[in-house]
Amino acid sequence: MSFDVDVRRRMGPDVEVAVRFASDAGLTALFGPSGVGKTSVLAMVAGLLRPDAGHVRIGGETMFGDGVDVPADRRAAGYVFQDARLFPHYRVRGNLLYGAKRAGGRGMGLGEVADFLGIAHLLDRWPRTLSGGEAQRVAIGRALLSGPRFLLMDEPLASLDQARRREIMALIERVRDELGLPILYVSHDRAEVERLAGCVVEMI
Amino acid sequence: MLLSPEEWEIVRLSLKVTIVAVALATPVAFALAYLLARARFPGKVLVDALVHLPLVLPPVVTGWLLLIGFGVKGPIGGLLHDWFGLTLIFRWTGAALAAAIMALPLMVRAMRLSIEAVDPRLEGAARTLGASRWRVFRTITVPLAMPGVLAGAVLGFARSIGEFGATITFVSNIPGETRTLPIAIYAALQVPGSDAVVTRLAVISVVLSLGALVLSEILSRRAGAGRGQHVL
Repeated sequence: MSFDVDVRRRMGPDVEVAVRFASDAGLTALFGPSGVGKTSVLAMVAGLLRPDAGHVRIGGETMFGDGVDVPADRRAAGYVFQDARLFPHYRVRGNLLYGAKRAGGRGMGLGEVADFLGIAHLLDRWPRTLSGGEAQRVAIGRALLSGPRFLLMDEPLASLDQARRREIMALIERVRDELGLPILYVSHDRAEVERLAGCVVEMI
Repeated sequence: MLLSPEEWEIVRLSLKVTIVAVALATPVAFALAYLLARARFPGKVLVDALVHLPLVLPPVVTGWLLLIGFGVKGPIGGLLHDWFGLTLIFRWTGAALAAAIMALPLMVRAMRLSIEAVDPRLEGAARTLGASRWRVFRTITVPLAMPGVLAGAVLGFARSIGEFGATITFVSNIPGETRTLPIAIYAALQVPGSDAVVTRLAVISVVLSLGALVLSEILSRRAGAGRGQHVL
């Protein structure tokens, strides 16, 4: 069992996010319309948002629940945000290596990831000079280099044009198939979900 | 324009007082700014008001409060005197304290704005990458707030080097000890026929302030290299 998630949180006076699912390895999609709380679920799995109740277990390890609340920096999540969210004061290289301390030499190295994602020529650039697709690839690289045990991807294709979408989607398939990391993937695009996901959790 | 020995003494003293004041006030201002920007605690409004008090009080009143608090018999000054043998009143150290306190509100305001402008989502991203709270603070929050910290320090410098009211009330006008530029200008103005002296001192003031501004611009360009950020 890769993801075993049962979380509930009140977000406002009449807004509550609640979801429960369990899924196996591969890519699990959280699917549903905008504003339904998919991103909040990811944030709760990552440890950035505290559920009111429930549990989060990943690969059999309890991250939240039963009196446990593992802090975000020790959950080993590789979180790819919708807006890339690169650190503006680090060059691409610095962004990629920010989480490398946790990886401690395990997994892929900088050169390997840079080649895998096709960003080797960007290493000395500042984030503000990157295009949307480049920034998103760097964000994926940053997550992969942090020694993650699972990946969280929040609509990583949303801000990209068609050509870039195809390119990043192919990359995500390679990450899914070649690295063997469980992925929790948020999307509101049915075609995207049908192509990528082995398991779909529909939020309505 | 060559400076006379007396003028050099005034400039040296002014710079010493101002640099010590800014060095003293910067960490305090940053801590207060961080607290006011990020923390939620009871009495926050009170802390905010206290920090801003020197900005709204007549400087003479601030100087008088310092006189009461930090005089040799004052509650704080007494302790400093008894425990550390430190006297502030009528000393250049007292001038530095007065300048620091007068500059504090401006510095806190500039720094608070820049801390509030740091995107908490970037800090969250850093957390998911394995960074402890302390590392996030050091590597994300502080560097991103740095232009505001520099701006605050420059404002503090400008405010400190011009500090007059609280200083003359607290530490008086003692040549070589507390006679900083503004106080020297004021003293010269009391003497008939000293226009030339006043003019020279005023020109020195302008040069020092402009120099600080240029220096800060250079520093901020270096700090914001590649990011296109400027302090002022």
